[in-house]
Amino acid sequence: MFFGHNTSANDDMVTQPVACPAAPGDQIAARRFPLPLWASLVAAALIWIVAYATLQPLADAITYDLLRLSLDSHLGSAVNFFLYDTPKVLLLLTGIVFLMGIIRTFFSPESTRRLLGGRREGVGNVAAAGLGIVTPFCSCSAVPLFIGFVEAGVPLGVTFSFLISAPMVNEVAIVLLFGLFGWKTAALYVGLGLGIAIIAGWVIGRLRMERFVEPFVYEIAVGQLDATESLTWSDRAARGIQAERDIVGRVWPFVVVGIAVGAAIHGYVPEDAMASLMGKGAWWSVPAAVLLGVPMYSNAAGILPVIEALIDKGAALGTALAFMMAVVALSFPEMIILRRVLRWQLIAVFIGVVASGIVLVGFVFNLVF
Amino acid sequence: MVLIEVLGSGCANCQRLEVLAREAVAKLGLEAEVEHVTDIKEIMARGVMATPGLAINGKVVLTGRVPAAAEVASIIAGAVKG
Repeated sequence: MFFGHNTSANDDMVTQPVACPAAPGDQIAARRFPLPLWASLVAAALIWIVAYATLQPLADAITYDLLRLSLDSHLGSAVNFFLYDTPKVLLLLTGIVFLMGIIRTFFSPESTRRLLGGRREGVGNVAAAGLGIVTPFCSCSAVPLFIGFVEAGVPLGVTFSFLISAPMVNEVAIVLLFGLFGWKTAALYVGLGLGIAIIAGWVIGRLRMERFVEPFVYEIAVGQLDATESLTWSDRAARGIQAERDIVGRVWPFVVVGIAVGAAIHGYVPEDAMASLMGKGAWWSVPAAVLLGVPMYSNAAGILPVIEALIDKGAALGTALAFMMAVVALSFPEMIILRRVLRWQLIAVFIGVVASGIVLVGFVFNLVF
Repeated sequence: MVLIEVLGSGCANCQRLEVLAREAVAKLGLEAEVEHVTDIKEIMARGVMATPGLAINGKVVLTGRVPAAAEVASIIAGAVKG
């Protein structure tokens, strides 16, 4: 996950004294569901659908009836936007994160490595980019994953296709694009993100960069995990709930703040304010946005609502998305982590190839929309 | 004496798993030693590709995620019983 990085709160926990009363064994049993699993899931889905359907009427009722704000006032439109978009995005996020959490239980780095091992470039790049979406991955374990892949005979370029696609094409970015821009933009993002991962990985493979991998990588003896987990559906649902806690629990403040800033821009920034700076006419804005985005490190949840508001004020979609892709796909902390296994020449090529791909995608978006 | 090893680079998730493992040991009243293995060669030798990993008496029982406290305890309890 691209935003799964250190927080000082976690570090504090280490020094916390461990004081737990001894508990009888049966209290430690794994989480149980009060209802049969299917009944809980159907009930949750129904509640979700009803909540989703009442979003707009509820936001309207609060803004215009309860708060008595005028439909055309700056404040009215900003408040209405905030009250509608925040719960909508959070609801979508909750649904998709749960589903993705369950889908990910069917994949593991080990199974993905088996699928990719010894595969030729080309087909391998396509498979690796696709598997990057569904395989559980955290950039904090990029190093063991990289070593594991390379040692299993996964070609370097194929490994890179995976490392590019995994953080870029993720459920949080997809949900936000879908919620704020519609399904077409979300689909185009997924398609182009996969395209970048496939082609950039292939290019890196063609460049024969193996000599810029730290030599110790090839000397490590990689062991085999003997046990494979056998999961019940109830285990998988529990993983989905855990994903909710991990992902939604972490990104919701960014969503709320991002949408609040977006709402303020919607209500108060004049129309077409961004046209000259980030509009289609300014071709240089795409590479400039990528240059600005690469050293920045944030997550899609906080940035996208602001981008959506800027686009409403005349910024071009391609420019804005190129910025977001650059922020999300190329992160400074991940480069530092990868530096342990890659020489800086290879890291520079990696950044260069991916950034060029993103610039290209920005231009394509601007042409299409 | 049970040997519990957290396999990880020292990342936030790895630290969290170590805390949970220590809590679980205290809760279960086990006589156990909890160690944090950060050497990448050692981690790879165990076949762990996704950190954090958890090994009990040398056997890897968990990789790539930080479960809830109750699950960590039940995994440890299960592994110790054999």
